[in-house]
Amino acid sequence: MRIAIVDESPARAAVIEEGLQEAGMRDVTVFVDRKGIAGRLEAMSPDVVLINLANPHRDELEELFALSRAMARPVAMFVDQSDSAAMEAAIDAGVSAYVVDGLKKERIKPVLELAVRRFRAFSRLRAELNEARTALAERDVVDQAKRLLMKRRSIDEPAAYAALRKAAMDSGRRIADVADALITAERLMGDL
Amino acid sequence: MSNTPFRLGFLPLVDAALPILAREFGLAEAEGIDLTLVRDMSWATVNDRLLYGHSDAAHLLAPLAIATTLGLGRPGTRLSVPFVLGLNGNAVTVRSDLAARITTVGGPGDIAAIGLRLAEAAREARDAGKPLRFGVVHRYSSHNYMLRYWLIGSGIDPDRDVEIITVAPPFAADALAEGEVDGICVGEPWNSVAVDRGAGVIVAVTSQIWLRGVEKVLAMRTDHMVDHIETTHGLLRALYRAGQAFVEPARCEEIARILARPEYLDGSADLIRHAISDRIVFARGAAAVHVPDFMFQHREAANFPWVSQASWLYAQMCLAKHVEPDDAAYQTAQRVFRPDVYRAALGPLGVPLPGASSKLEGGIVGGLGVGTTQGRLILGADRFFDARSFDPEALDAYLAGFKDG
Repeated sequence: MRIAIVDESPARAAVIEEGLQEAGMRDVTVFVDRKGIAGRLEAMSPDVVLINLANPHRDELEELFALSRAMARPVAMFVDQSDSAAMEAAIDAGVSAYVVDGLKKERIKPVLELAVRRFRAFSRLRAELNEARTALAERDVVDQAKRLLMKRRSIDEPAAYAALRKAAMDSGRRIADVADALITAERLMGDL
Repeated sequence: MSNTPFRLGFLPLVDAALPILAREFGLAEAEGIDLTLVRDMSWATVNDRLLYGHSDAAHLLAPLAIATTLGLGRPGTRLSVPFVLGLNGNAVTVRSDLAARITTVGGPGDIAAIGLRLAEAAREARDAGKPLRFGVVHRYSSHNYMLRYWLIGSGIDPDRDVEIITVAPPFAADALAEGEVDGICVGEPWNSVAVDRGAGVIVAVTSQIWLRGVEKVLAMRTDHMVDHIETTHGLLRALYRAGQAFVEPARCEEIARILARPEYLDGSADLIRHAISDRIVFARGAAAVHVPDFMFQHREAANFPWVSQASWLYAQMCLAKHVEPDDAAYQTAQRVFRPDVYRAALGPLGVPLPGASSKLEGGIVGGLGVGTTQGRLILGADRFFDARSFDPEALDAYLAGFKDG
């Protein structure tokens, strides 16, 4: 079975491709760049096209599928209409698929399920990465606020941190938010 | 009691205005609906979310609602259209040198004469082996069918003399700028964006092709609509009131600013204001021209889903060979438009309700008072540029009329 992955995110496409390869599906091609995609897809003549649900170029691809002779008219969203749970899971995960008309449900289902799992894993990874980035940025802000307090009030680092923590507790805010407010205020006063 | 959550999918276009205003002006909330708007970048995504339960309703291309019901390109699912979100509002923008050849750049011209000059240019380009290429927003879009209608009426075979490809609205101006296409037929603000960037010149607005052409609609899965009919009625009332607000000149500025926000169209409030006030800049540097029929969101019962509008679209799908004419499919297509739901929802507001569900499209020349079950309603002229009219009861004769040339 020939599978095409169309995704504007190379990282996500790689995660899916790897998953399919591991599952023994070797005939997988990734399309990241939109330029010339029509010709390249037609030349490949895939049985299944996996695409991220929100891909902005899906209407162009659907037009291509409607006209294509080489691709034997793939239809949107797979399997069969009765399997609505599978389809909802796909939409939730952000996967969409086009499947050549008449291809057996048993053959498509594992591909789709795998893609759904991989899409979810990718989203989770990205969420964790964002969290890590936010944590790093917050630590920077707190460090900066501490230095500011140390300079202005001539106190040492533990005392500066204690002051921030107390202000946070007193006002029911997070330390990072208090630190951020302090830096903003300082900037407005013109010293930073 | 808390409000009923309701999700509505849309594309960043000026004619998504009514759902956006229904939320922003608290009109949905007043009907007990907690309206969430879900923005996407392609109609395929909007449609998938609707079909698989991610959204309760969608701002959708009218012909796409019919194509989806008929099962073109994906397994068929019955959709219903209880409300039209607007008439007209699209334009044809072409590269500047082509525009200079076919029209007086900077304003609207005689659409039939422009069409004839376009035909000449198209034949030359075809004979030179480089046929003119037009981008439309979707295979099953009013843009595609309106452009084809104009081309056919101008003596151009849309399948042989030119190429028509699909370009999603947010990329239409880019495609024109990069020479990927020679012209685009797209909704606002994307023509104005192309003009503003100097990528092209507006040569026609679609209201010149059909003075009262059905455009975006509110689409719902039929089963979902039936299961949530009270909420649907409430939403329709909120959308109707949003239309009343939309046409108030005093609110134009405010509305343009709301639509321009990042979560909606994420664009220029200036360009958007042009479209909603029917003041169109046809070429960069030219003065804005008032085109009174440019877009219709409220007047003349614009939101009423006439069965004859669905019928006209089906006829165009036949002409484009997207479907084979078939009696059963024709009836299925007609049933997508639901004037009965519109009447049930808006009756309590005391607004004018047309008595008939179908009319002769293109049959009104001056202005016509029509029969209503309540209120008074005068419909303005609705002519097609080629003076043809469409009788939904005589589909075969209509289609045959195109064979005779």
